[in-house]
Amino acid sequence: MNTTSLTQVSSSSRTGQLLLAAFLGVFIVGVVGFSHLAVAHNAAHDYRHSMAFPCH
Amino acid sequence: MNIFRNVVFTAAAAGLLASVVMAGMQAVSTDPLILKAETYESVGGEPAHDHAAHDHGTAATDATAPAVSEAAPAASESAPVVAAHEHGEDEWAPQDGFERFVFNVLANLVSGFGFALILVAVSEFAGGISSWRSGLLWGFAGFAVFTLAPGLGLPPELPAMPAADLGARQVWWISTVAATAAGLALIAFRGTVVLSIVGVALIVAPHIVGAPQPASHESPIPPDLHHQFVVASTVTNLIFWVLLGGLVGALRSRFFGSSGLARNQLA
Repeated sequence: MNTTSLTQVSSSSRTGQLLLAAFLGVFIVGVVGFSHLAVAHNAAHDYRHSMAFPCH
Repeated sequence: MNIFRNVVFTAAAAGLLASVVMAGMQAVSTDPLILKAETYESVGGEPAHDHAAHDHGTAATDATAPAVSEAAPAASESAPVVAAHEHGEDEWAPQDGFERFVFNVLANLVSGFGFALILVAVSEFAGGISSWRSGLLWGFAGFAVFTLAPGLGLPPELPAMPAADLGARQVWWISTVAATAAGLALIAFRGTVVLSIVGVALIVAPHIVGAPQPASHESPIPPDLHHQFVVASTVTNLIFWVLLGGLVGALRSRFFGSSGLARNQLA
């Protein structure tokens, strides 16, 4: 894909890619901050408290 | 997938930089307060309070991880409303000291990337963050959405503090974040009186519903310690978000120019 074609990126493709990136971000924050897995909780314990995520 | 790649690239650069600063701030502000609070739950006793907030047994007289985890099996029956560390004690946990610090940095880096992805992707829908100055405003919005709004109902809390059911609090937290973000977006990008009123209503609604609260706020943690933690947590989050927004604006214009992420000059 070259620069010329990129100027014609369809709006639906643009929307889809942005949504994909946003969902990836939500997923990452969700695992680090909200996973009930004990290992995830213990590893990120201090971070969750510092970020004021609901913890324990 | 060039837009996606550019969003990821911008988010990775800005998110990692802001997270490193955040981890450094936590190391000197919130982390010492968390460690201090854990001494209250390890000792397991608080004066004039029948429901031991977190009885880890008398064996654990300090806050070191091995002592806490050894004491945990004997103390699995803590009161549900005040249970602090009732789960996960038998599982792996980083050793106190350097290992714990490293995992805190890692959690910061990973989730800072996640926050940055959300910020960059959402801001692209609104035309993108074109300068570091407009990035600061986006950062303030992120702070309002992810720290200020949920923090009104669920203030930053320390270990050993009483809290309502975890699932209920997480649902309220996520709903509040979503409603606040939607409300701010309606106010900022729609510009009609009616939608602005709807936006304000969305921001206010979670606080009328109210966050899940514990049966009692009685806690072994001194109010002064908690107050310090609320301030430290809120201010570090403010700096993180403003820095993240500013970095996204600066990096985006530097890497991709005024044309934004839709054109890939790195390809």
